[in-house]
Amino acid sequence: MDYIVSINNNQSLPIKDIPEQAYHTFLENNIGMLKDNDNRHCVNYFGLQQESSVKLFCCIADDSIHQIYISSCVVNKGTTLNSFAKHNLNFEKFEREIHENFNIKYTDHPWFKPVRYSENRVNKAETIANYPFYSFDSEELHEVGVGPVHAGIIEPGHFRFICNGEQIMHLEIQLGYQHRGIEQLFLKKKSLLERTILAESIAGDTTVGHTTAFVNLWENLCGYQPDLGLQFTRTLALELERMAMHTADLSAMCTDIAYQLGSSVYGRLRTPIINYFQEWCGNRLAKSLIKPGTTNFPYTNDLANRLNQVFAAYEPDFIEMSTKLFKLPSALSRFERTGVVTLDEVKSIGTVGMAARMSGLNRDIRLSHPHDLYTTINHQPIIKRHGDVYSRAQIRRDEVKQSMGYIRSMIGNIPDFKKHDNPEFKPMPDTFSISLVEGWRGEICHCAITDSKGELILYKIKDSSFHNWLALAQSVRNNEISDFPICNKSFNLSYCGHDL
Amino acid sequence: MVSLILILVASLFFTGIVIRTKSLASGRKGPGIFQPMKDIFRLLKKGSVYSSTTSIIFQIAPSFYIASVLMAILIVPLGDYPGVISFQGDFILFAYLLAFGKFFMIISALDTGSSFEGMGASRESLFSMLVEPAFFILMGSFALLTGHTSFHDIFATLHYGSNISYLLGLLATFVFIMIAMIENSRMPVDDPKTHLELTMIHEVMVLDNSGFDLGLILHTTNLKFAMYGAIISNFFIGDLSLIYTIPIFFAVQIGFAIVAGLLESFMARFRMSHNPQFIFILTSVSLLIFFGVLLLLERFV
Repeated sequence: MDYIVSINNNQSLPIKDIPEQAYHTFLENNIGMLKDNDNRHCVNYFGLQQESSVKLFCCIADDSIHQIYISSCVVNKGTTLNSFAKHNLNFEKFEREIHENFNIKYTDHPWFKPVRYSENRVNKAETIANYPFYSFDSEELHEVGVGPVHAGIIEPGHFRFICNGEQIMHLEIQLGYQHRGIEQLFLKKKSLLERTILAESIAGDTTVGHTTAFVNLWENLCGYQPDLGLQFTRTLALELERMAMHTADLSAMCTDIAYQLGSSVYGRLRTPIINYFQEWCGNRLAKSLIKPGTTNFPYTNDLANRLNQVFAAYEPDFIEMSTKLFKLPSALSRFERTGVVTLDEVKSIGTVGMAARMSGLNRDIRLSHPHDLYTTINHQPIIKRHGDVYSRAQIRRDEVKQSMGYIRSMIGNIPDFKKHDNPEFKPMPDTFSISLVEGWRGEICHCAITDSKGELILYKIKDSSFHNWLALAQSVRNNEISDFPICNKSFNLSYCGHDL
Repeated sequence: MVSLILILVASLFFTGIVIRTKSLASGRKGPGIFQPMKDIFRLLKKGSVYSSTTSIIFQIAPSFYIASVLMAILIVPLGDYPGVISFQGDFILFAYLLAFGKFFMIISALDTGSSFEGMGASRESLFSMLVEPAFFILMGSFALLTGHTSFHDIFATLHYGSNISYLLGLLATFVFIMIAMIENSRMPVDDPKTHLELTMIHEVMVLDNSGFDLGLILHTTNLKFAMYGAIISNFFIGDLSLIYTIPIFFAVQIGFAIVAGLLESFMARFRMSHNPQFIFILTSVSLLIFFGVLLLLERFV
C-alpha cells in the first residue's frame, strides 16, 4: 500500500486513493517528512466527522517538487492521542482546533487551549469569558490588557501584555470573538452564488485571494478547466489587490510612527487602485468579479488603457515617497531592529507569505505551487533577512513594484474573452480537493470533501493569518510596549480570517 | 497685564494654526483656524461622566490644571511690561506652578486605575523631570547675565550689554520650542493625533476625562503653547514700545505655530526609549548658553 499520495495544487483526488494509516504511522510519516526539510510545510491538518469517529487529513506541501502530500487516519471521537506538536510546533494550532471540534485529547501538547470558540465546538462550557490566559505571580511585572473592543474601528481581539515597565515580556493574543461559522455555512448554503459570496466575505481585505481559492477549488472539484480569460482575470485581480493592500499598509505604518507625509501620500495612492476595481467590476473590493466558470466583467483594451493611466500617475509618486521614507532617519530609527522574528522562530511557528519571507524563508505559492497565470510568470519571491519592521516595509515596497511589472506585462497581452455559458457544475462524488493561493498576506488554503452524492461534507479554510498571529506575539517580546502598534501594523493580520 | 491679554488672545488661534499647517503640508485644505476653539466650546457646554472607580481627585484635577497654568501666565511679562505678578525669583514659582498642575493630572490619571493611564502618567512624569534641568540652567544663565532674578527684569535688561545676547536668545528659543513641545506632548516626543493608547503620553492620561473637564484640559494645552510663545518672544523684544512689541509677539506666536506644524508633518516621532536622550540634548544646549554667559561676563577661566 502506498504510504503517501501526492497531488498538484488545484487537483482532486478520490477519497479512497488517500492512504488511511494507523495513528502512529500517520504521525511518524508526517513528522518524518517535515523533519529538517525547509521546503516542506503543513498547509492544512483537519478532521472530518464520521459517525462515531473522526478522519484526520494532513496535507503537506513540498515547495521544491510542487506537490502536496495527503494522508489520513481514522481515530475515535474523544480519544487520547500523542500530539504532532511535540515534534513540530507548526501543528500546535491545528491540534487545538481538532480538540475544540472533536474533543480529541493530546497527551503531550505544549500548550493546550481553545482556538476560536467556533459555534460547532464540542464543549459549549468553554467560552471566551473563561479563557485560560497565561498568568504570573510577581510584584514587579504588570499586566496590560487591550481589547477586545478595538481602539480604532477594526475587529475584536484581546491582547494581554505582561510587561516589566515599558518592556514587553510576553504577549498573548486571543481571538475568537466573532463565531461566524463560515465553514458550516459553506455546507448549508447549496447555491453556487451563495457560496461565492461567502468566499468573498471570509476576509474583506482579501476578497480576491479567498474567492480565487474557492473558485479554483470548485472548478477542479467539478472537473472544469477555466480558460485563459478567467485565469487572466484572477491573476490580475490578485496582483492589483496586493498592490492596493501593500500601499495601504505602508500608509498605516507611517501613521503609527506619526509620519504624516507618508501616511497621507500612501493613503492617497491606494485609492486609485481600489477605485480601479470599481471601474472594472463595480465594487472597490472586487466583489462579484470572480465567479466559477464565468466572469461578468471581461477585460477590455479600454480597461487596460485606463490602468496604464492609473499606473502612470501612481508610479512616480510611489517611488518618490518610498525613496523619502526609506531614507528618513526618524522613520528608520522606528523601523530598524523593531519586532524581530528570527528565521528559526519563523520556521517553528510555520508562518506563511510575507511573515516568512521577511526572515529569509522562501515561501511563496506563486513560485512553489503556481496556479492560473503564475505558471507563465517567472516569479522571483522577494526575500529579506532581518525579520524586523523594516524588512516587512521593504517587502511591501518591493512587491508593489514587482506586481506593477507583472500587471503591465499581463495587460499588454490580453487574451480573448469568450462568452461563458454558465456551465453546469456537478462536483465529483467522494472526492478530496485542495486549492492554494498566494494572497497578499500569504498562503491561503481551501480544502473540500464531497460525499457519495457529490454534496459537500467538509469545507476547510486556512487563512494566512492562522499561524502568523503567533509570529506577531513573538516579535514584540523584549520590545517596548509603545512599539507594539507598529509591529502589529507591519504584520497587518486578519481577525476574521482567523475567526472563521 | 498686557501680556495676560495677549496670551489669552494667542491661545485662541494657536492650535488652529498648527492643525492648518499640518493639513496644508499633507495636501488637504484643513479646518478653519478657530475650529479647535469651537470644539472646546462645544465640550464646555457638555456635562462630564465620571467612572465609579475614581475619587474627588479625578474631578478636581482639570480645574487645578488650568488654574495652575493661568497662575503661571500671570507671571510672564512682555518686554518692558511686567506680568500681573512680578517679584525676585518669580521664574522658580513659574516652573513649580506648572509642575503643580502636572502633578494633579498625573495623580488623576492614576486615580482611574487603568493600566493605560498609569503608563501615560509614568512617561509624563519621567519626561517632565528630565526637562526641568534644561529650564533652570537656561533661566539661571540669563539671571547670571543680567543680574536679576525675575522674568521681567531679566527680559527688560537682556540686550543692554552686547548683541551676542540675541544669539543666546536664538539658542534659548530652540530650547523653549522643544520644552513647549515636550510639555504639551507634541511631536517628536508624543503624537497628539494617534489613536494608539500604547504609544501615547499625555493623550492616554486624559482618556477618561470627558465633556467640560476635557474642554478645560484641551484649552490648557492652548494656553501653555501661547505662554511658551510669549516667553520666546520676550527674548527678542527687550524694552521696545508697545507698537513694536505687539506685532513681534504675534509674529513669534504664528511662527512658532507653523514650526510646530511643520515639525509634526515631516518627521516620524521618536521611539519611546530615545525620548530621554533627546530631552537631555536640551540640557546640553542650556549648558552652552551657560558657558556663553560665562564668556560674556569674562568669568570663564
